[in-house]
Amino acid sequence: MTSLLEIKDVTKKFGSVVANDRISLEVKPGEIVALLGENGAGKSTLVKAVFGLVRPDSGEIKVKGESLSFGDTAGAIRRGVGMVHQHFQLVPVMSVTENIILGDEPRRAGFISMKKARAEVLSLVEKYGLEVDPDAIVEDLPVGTAQRVEILKALRKDVDLLILDEPTAVLTPQETDELLQVLRNLASKGVGILFITHKLREVIAVADRIVVLRGGKLAGVTTPKESDESDLAQMMVGRAVVLEVDKGAAKPGSVALEVKDLRVRDDRKLEAVKGISLQVHSGEILGVAGVEGNGQRELVEAICAMRSREGGEVIVAGKPLADMRPKQAHLAGVSHIPEDREKDGLVSAYSIADNLVLNRFDQPPYARGWIRDLNAVDENGATLVKTFDIRTPSHRNPASSLSGGNRQKVVVARELSQNLPVVVAAQPTRGVDVGSIEFIHKQLISARDNGAAVLLVSAELDEVLSLADRVAVISGGKIVATVDAEGADRNYIGRLMAGLKE
Amino acid sequence: MQKPRIDFGSLAIPLLSVTVALFFGGILVYIQNINPITAYTALFTTAFGSWEGIATTLAKATPLILSGLAVAIGLRAGLFNIGAQGQLISGALASAWAGYALDLPTLIHIPVAILFGAFFGALVGFIAGALKAYRGVHEVITTIMLNSIVIALADFLASRPFKEPDQPLTRTPAIQESARIPDFLGLPFGFFIAVAIAYGMWWFLGNTTSGFRIETVGKNKSAAWYAGMPVKLTVVMAMVAGGAIAGIAGAIETQSIVGRFEPAFNAGLGFDGITVALLARANPLGVIPAAILIGGMRASGSTMQFEAGVAPELVDLLLAMILFFVTAPLLARLLRKKESGVTLTSGWGN
Amino acid sequence: MKVTTTKIVTLLSIAVFVYFYMQNDLVTTSVVYSAIPLALPLALAAMVGVLCERTGIVNIGIEGTMLVSAFTAFFVAAIFEDTVTGLVAGVLTGIVVGLLLAVMSVTWKMDQIIAGVIINILAAGLTSFLYRQGYSIPTTLPQFDITWLAGIPILGPILNFHGPITYFGIFFIFALWFALYKTPWGLRSRSVGEHPSSADTAGVSVTKLRYLNVTIGGAVGGLAGSYLALEWVGIFERGFTAGKGFTALAIMIFGRWNPLGAFAAAIFFGLAQAMTNQLMIDEVINIPQQFINMLPYVLTIVVLAFAAGKVRPPAAEGQPYEKEKV
Repeated sequence: MTSLLEIKDVTKKFGSVVANDRISLEVKPGEIVALLGENGAGKSTLVKAVFGLVRPDSGEIKVKGESLSFGDTAGAIRRGVGMVHQHFQLVPVMSVTENIILGDEPRRAGFISMKKARAEVLSLVEKYGLEVDPDAIVEDLPVGTAQRVEILKALRKDVDLLILDEPTAVLTPQETDELLQVLRNLASKGVGILFITHKLREVIAVADRIVVLRGGKLAGVTTPKESDESDLAQMMVGRAVVLEVDKGAAKPGSVALEVKDLRVRDDRKLEAVKGISLQVHSGEILGVAGVEGNGQRELVEAICAMRSREGGEVIVAGKPLADMRPKQAHLAGVSHIPEDREKDGLVSAYSIADNLVLNRFDQPPYARGWIRDLNAVDENGATLVKTFDIRTPSHRNPASSLSGGNRQKVVVARELSQNLPVVVAAQPTRGVDVGSIEFIHKQLISARDNGAAVLLVSAELDEVLSLADRVAVISGGKIVATVDAEGADRNYIGRLMAGLKE
Repeated sequence: MQKPRIDFGSLAIPLLSVTVALFFGGILVYIQNINPITAYTALFTTAFGSWEGIATTLAKATPLILSGLAVAIGLRAGLFNIGAQGQLISGALASAWAGYALDLPTLIHIPVAILFGAFFGALVGFIAGALKAYRGVHEVITTIMLNSIVIALADFLASRPFKEPDQPLTRTPAIQESARIPDFLGLPFGFFIAVAIAYGMWWFLGNTTSGFRIETVGKNKSAAWYAGMPVKLTVVMAMVAGGAIAGIAGAIETQSIVGRFEPAFNAGLGFDGITVALLARANPLGVIPAAILIGGMRASGSTMQFEAGVAPELVDLLLAMILFFVTAPLLARLLRKKESGVTLTSGWGN
Repeated sequence: MKVTTTKIVTLLSIAVFVYFYMQNDLVTTSVVYSAIPLALPLALAAMVGVLCERTGIVNIGIEGTMLVSAFTAFFVAAIFEDTVTGLVAGVLTGIVVGLLLAVMSVTWKMDQIIAGVIINILAAGLTSFLYRQGYSIPTTLPQFDITWLAGIPILGPILNFHGPITYFGIFFIFALWFALYKTPWGLRSRSVGEHPSSADTAGVSVTKLRYLNVTIGGAVGGLAGSYLALEWVGIFERGFTAGKGFTALAIMIFGRWNPLGAFAAAIFFGLAQAMTNQLMIDEVINIPQQFINMLPYVLTIVVLAFAAGKVRPPAAEGQPYEKEKV
């Protein structure tokens, strides 16, 4: 039978970065093909090319035998391609119905017929069993529900090829299982599915074929029968990957960071942190595991005094922290590796050296009173670039010239080189290549061994389990359990992350 | 400490913009049956061709340097301070009042009058800055509104309470001799003050902690907040500084040239400041040559009419076109340069 | 019934109106009547803002658009001795300016604030340079005496006897509201302004829609400028628009980017000026002229100080859309 999707020798460069290097792949009706690779391997780029959002430099893409051209998203949709994007393509202030009908609105005499629209949405809900309220406003929805809207939107047209880009990044393990079941159902009805992920477990669970990308190139094509998780990991990375980090035992000391009954509101004024208490001892890593969107960001921001507290206290080395003063938190001894390095952690236009002193530019030796000591900044820059293996021709170059992984290293270098008693690391290896991930992990362990109290917040359960000494699980704005990392039951934690009691 | 470096690469666009604008202006002039070469020659020889001409040019350039700096420091903080005009007028009026109402020895009177100018200019800048920082009102609108409000207010003050008695015109009494800024070697002293302030600002932005704060807030507000910088306060600081500098511009105009406050005196100096700042890419040192160029054009506008029959408003048009070519990516694309333009925060409620 | 600010304000306004009407129906009628010509250019200019910003483009250049359109409308009418030709010229000028802004914002991806400021400065420079004294238009646009309208009690004399642009303008405002919320064009335009990548992935052309709406906005701005020159007073001076384009932005924000809300805010501004004028005539208050002139500007700042921080503009406005960054 004809392939639904044929990608032949597609190449795409962004500047000097080769995102896709002569990739070929095929999806047949009723097949589930998993596109596997680590962050930055080129998966998203490839798939966006299918949907007309990215123009390949060379190669061909055919849907049902017909060639596709760039920018023709409407054409792709017409030919039966549906896409569920990694970052939801939904308009936050509009309702579920409005979002679903956007671009192809049911009409009555030239105007939109909301009656027909609502009816359509309800029939979709019934057909696929994905519950949503047609009149709810998207920005008020929890993430899992919003994703259902995204999926319904893609399924609304008669879809023959469904593409999903990292669909489970924001789902609990339970929601993930439900999604995988939906995919199996669709495949059994003849829909072809191409789904991108970097989670090995899911791939083994549901894929018929697995295509692995590495560094923009095709690293291999296999099936779950032929390869297991460590085989896949090896294909993804190109060498035997140590999935566990080498670390010695922790030697915890006194409590360096304490959070008491913390309450914090999110940007929408809803309570995101609902009374959290925890303690981090110096010389230990406390990992906070949880699916994104359960209050972690607000927790971290409150601890680093970047967000105001509704209630509760943050105590660093015995002294309570003032509210909403990042500077005070820093002076009290809290370093912060922020979740969003581009927005919070770096100024791309500044030199690497300036970025390395970004949050202590006004303290000696980088400034004497009002006047900056530019030589000291320069020397520090040169030193740290060496120590932290930041790949750049010069520390005077702008940070914008660095790759993602190296930018993160700049942030890590800045924070850890200050040797402050408390380190708060939020998603420290997101969007970072594997080599840099290993490096950063080592640095965090070494900070711990030097006596720092490290609070690690990560959505990657594996990262938490391998780095942390103790693990706290956050769900719905509360800490639902705290266990030792040694011997922790992965399934148990997964269930807690999902909000189940046991 | 950094030394000033001229980045020749980034000179290309401003220079090209001026050339292209002159070209198009030339066409418009030609349509009116006037020889553009005559017109432009008149323009440039008057401005730069004689000692007198240069003195006039520098005198005209002085308030342009300062209002250009006022806009520039806002731009560095990510703000668009269109209010240099209003801040300048407040400074002019305040300094005029200090000039005629106070009795002080020269050495003290001059700086005091200038300080009055700086203070009231800073006050107007503060209003816009505070509204932006604490109420999220976009500074483009507030500064434009404040310009009109200040003009109306100044007009009122100069026609009633501060009016020069026994004559019908709306203006303040002449300032006393002790407040007048003398010439220095035949050149307006105010020019040197302006250049000093330009260097001061360049040094300030590159070498002080406050300057670093302004630069960081302008480039990435969230990172600035994360780094412990007081973002709102910095925004206000930048507007206050800009306002003060524009106020000084007004004061120097009053104390060197006009000698009193007259409402119509300064048509558009503040707006030319915008052109100066953008032409100079918000670089404090670049403001100096940009201001001299534009000052020269303004100084010889009327000669151009006399010698070539072209309306002085041609200069308005030329400046508008220069501004257009400097900011539109047209020329950058032609030169295949990466646009390193000035970026501002767009949209409301930031 | 939910108690909303809108309902309270509406009821209060009606109450105030009724009160004054009972005191002196003639004066009240004439004040409200005269508020409409004051409000209309502001309302139309605010519609330009709504159109552009709802689609994601910040338009600071409304002032310049109105200025250069008023200029063209006036001088074309004077030279060709036909007011209607002037009107057409004015609207066409607006379209040209709209296209220019679209090119600058959408294709060149310039900072939109700078683009708008440049349009204003270019407009001021051009009109200043090309201005000539001694021209006059044959006649202003006529005021229509619509019998059935005049027959409506109380509101009749207020709504009657206005010019064609006024009536069309009011119609347009309601039409815009309807189109924005009830038609596919409206839904798509709003999505482009809130979250352009969602629109793009739904198959909507962000570029085309932005070009379309900004150009229509230009036409409306041209209409507003033509109104000032041809229907309101029939003259043109340098700096003629006197900040109305900026006040319109405050009105748009105050009206929460909703055409009807902006219309109400514009009427509020118009009424404020009309009432002040009347109070001056009655010598109830005696304020120096300069403070009267300041009124709209001060009002604008006050309105923004209270409204701006608290309202939500279209989420994606001011940011150029780049496809490959989805």
